[in-house]
Amino acid sequence: MTSLWLSFELAGCVAVILLLLGAPFAYWLAYSSWRGKFLLESIVALPLVLPPTVLGFYALLAMGPHGPLGRLWISLFGHGLAFTFGGLVIASVLYSFPFAVQPLMVSFEAVDQKLIAASAVLGAGRLRTFRRIILPLSFSGVVTALVLSFAHTLGEFGVVLMVGGNLAGVTRTVSIDIYDHVQSLEYADANHQALLLLAISFAVLCLVYGINRRVWTFPWKL
Amino acid sequence: MTRPRANPRTLRACCVILLAFLLAAMELDGQERELRVAAAADLKFAMAELSKEFENKTGVKTDVTSGSSGNFFAQIQGGAPFDLFFSADIRYPEKLEAAGLTEPRTMLEYAVGRIVIWAPATITGDVRRKGWDTLLDARVQKIAIANPAHAPYGKAAVSALQKAGIYERVKAKLVYGENISQAAQFVQSGNAQRGIIARSLALSPGMKDGQIWEIPAEMYPPIRQAAIVLKNAKNKHAARAFLDFVKSAAGRAILEKHGFAVPGNG
Repeated sequence: MTSLWLSFELAGCVAVILLLLGAPFAYWLAYSSWRGKFLLESIVALPLVLPPTVLGFYALLAMGPHGPLGRLWISLFGHGLAFTFGGLVIASVLYSFPFAVQPLMVSFEAVDQKLIAASAVLGAGRLRTFRRIILPLSFSGVVTALVLSFAHTLGEFGVVLMVGGNLAGVTRTVSIDIYDHVQSLEYADANHQALLLLAISFAVLCLVYGINRRVWTFPWKL
Repeated sequence: MTRPRANPRTLRACCVILLAFLLAAMELDGQERELRVAAAADLKFAMAELSKEFENKTGVKTDVTSGSSGNFFAQIQGGAPFDLFFSADIRYPEKLEAAGLTEPRTMLEYAVGRIVIWAPATITGDVRRKGWDTLLDARVQKIAIANPAHAPYGKAAVSALQKAGIYERVKAKLVYGENISQAAQFVQSGNAQRGIIARSLALSPGMKDGQIWEIPAEMYPPIRQAAIVLKNAKNKHAARAFLDFVKSAAGRAILEKHGFAVPGNG
């Protein structure tokens, strides 16, 4: 079960990092009136359409001793980035980026402009308006971003396979473990883990859709 | 705001393009792919040459899918439409045979896999002279091997390391590729500093410039590789002919050239 726990750790790290990175980015995308914005939007959405093999391949090259990321990492820590937990986190952040940015952007955009204007008129700065008006009104977007990036990272396979190196407790996530069981013809073990992952994924998605339908808000409307 | 309406001419143009794509797809599908071969990753380069020669001789085209033997095994059990299966591990064709999914008496032990230590050409020191010691170099942080849990080359690498008495010392440095190709890719890209990979891959165009030390064959159990004709093969005649070609002097020469040891060839 260490592999499942490792997947949770990875997904948790990635979800938190993505929220911190994604929020300012989504804010800028939502409110900027720059004409070239579509270019950045396209870049953000790239991981949705690119196969994990493409991302994994470039990640592997970038993390190697000849790649920019790898060189930086080696000069800082004395070892390469591939086959480490940190390497997986970086690759997963790239891979799950749209899953955090898009829900945040959509919910930021949905905040009534009049409220933002009123907040400004009353003397609140941008940061205060963001904290007191935009963020509370975008609560469901924040939860969706967190949960989707968590769930997407949990289900990640291709990128982890390409940069992970399958180290127990470090880079052997549950999806890799399941794959190994299938390869070793241990179908019963594969089935146990796969079923568990299926159940967890379903529960996580129920949470997201429930929030969007306001199932969990009190008082309950039946 | 009303939705902009599609211009009927644009629409018609789209339909025509779509139709063209469909026709093109059908065309591709209708093409006669005469012999479908599932081949283990270590055979990638040898198989390209084998199938070219076979086509020159017989006019039969082959369509080779390269991948992990374990994956093919699962796919074939699920009815994957292959005519021939070249496995890096004889266990898989044996299991398929036991399950009645193969043509009787078509099993061919075509080669024995060899493993080598591979290092980039740029390192200081001679891998050939150092042998096992090259793995103990302090600058070596990661050593790539195939996953010993299911890949035959990975199992061989681990038993050779154990035989050499250094497994415990290098265990923490090992990283696992999903198959031997991926292990090679880890070391070729520089993410791992050494690799224990198939000799057939070490001799491939992208890697033959590196330094190679051949691990003595007696240090690990032989990696017996076997091919078999599958029960639901569409073209059993051509499949048998292909196996005969692999068995022939010309076929064996190609396998040897690509780094395999061929049974009965001394």
